[in-house]
Amino acid sequence: MATITIALMDPPYETETTTTAFRIIDAAVRKGHSVNVFAYEGAVNLTMADQAPHPDPVKGTSVEEQDHPTTKDWIAAMFKAADGRLDWVNCGLCVDERGAGNWIEGPRRGAPKDFVEWVEASDQTLVIPTK
Amino acid sequence: MSKYLVIESRDPFDSADVQNLYELAGGLAEQADELTVFLVQNGVLPTRRGSAAAGQITALAQRVSVVADEFSLRERGIGRDALAEGVRVADVETLVDLLAEDGRKVLWH
Repeated sequence: MATITIALMDPPYETETTTTAFRIIDAAVRKGHSVNVFAYEGAVNLTMADQAPHPDPVKGTSVEEQDHPTTKDWIAAMFKAADGRLDWVNCGLCVDERGAGNWIEGPRRGAPKDFVEWVEASDQTLVIPTK
Repeated sequence: MSKYLVIESRDPFDSADVQNLYELAGGLAEQADELTVFLVQNGVLPTRRGSAAAGQITALAQRVSVVADEFSLRERGIGRDALAEGVRVADVETLVDLLAEDGRKVLWH
C-alpha cells in the first residue's frame, strides 16, 4: 500500500476541485492506502466545526429536505473510513488569519514544514492548486 | 522507466493554457515510457466528438493514454457513445491506482 500526500488550497463551496479531491482521498483510503492532507490557505476552512446546512427559501425546502452536505461532514466520514490512515494538517498561519481554529475531531495544526516532511516520506505527492 | 500522470481539470475554451498542457503531454510522450492524461471536471468537455477540440484529443490519444473521468462525464451528460475516438473512460479508483504506482510523476492542472 502507498502513502499519498495531497495539498489542498481551495476553500469550501468554491470549486469542483474540492469534490474531486475528496473523491480521490476517499477512494485511496478505501483501497487501503494512507493519505496525508495538507490544507493550506482557504482549505483550512474545510474542517470548520461550525459549518451548518441550510434550507432553500426559493424552493421552500427545509434543512432536512435539502439534505445539504457540508465539507466538515464529508471529512469526518473520510476519517471514519480511513481507520487511522488519514492524517490531516491545517496550516496554522492560515488558520489564524481566518479565525478558523474550531475544527472537527481529526485534523491537527501544523506548518509547511509538515508538508515538506510528508513529501520526502511519501510514495506520491499531488498538489492541487487554486486557479 | 519514466511514467507520468497528467491530470487536466480545465477545458480549453475556458483556459487558454490547456493548449500548453496538451503540448506538454505530447512532448513528454517523446521521452516517457508511459504517460496518462486523466481528464476530470471540465477537462472532459473537449472529449465530445462534436467539440472543436475533439481532433486534438484524438491526436493526443494516438500518442498517449487519454482517460476521461466517468463521474465528470455523467455530471455533464456526456455519454460514452458521444466520445471522441481514442478516449477511454475510467473511475476515480483508476486514478488512485495510477497515483499509487511506484515512481510515477504527477502533475495537476
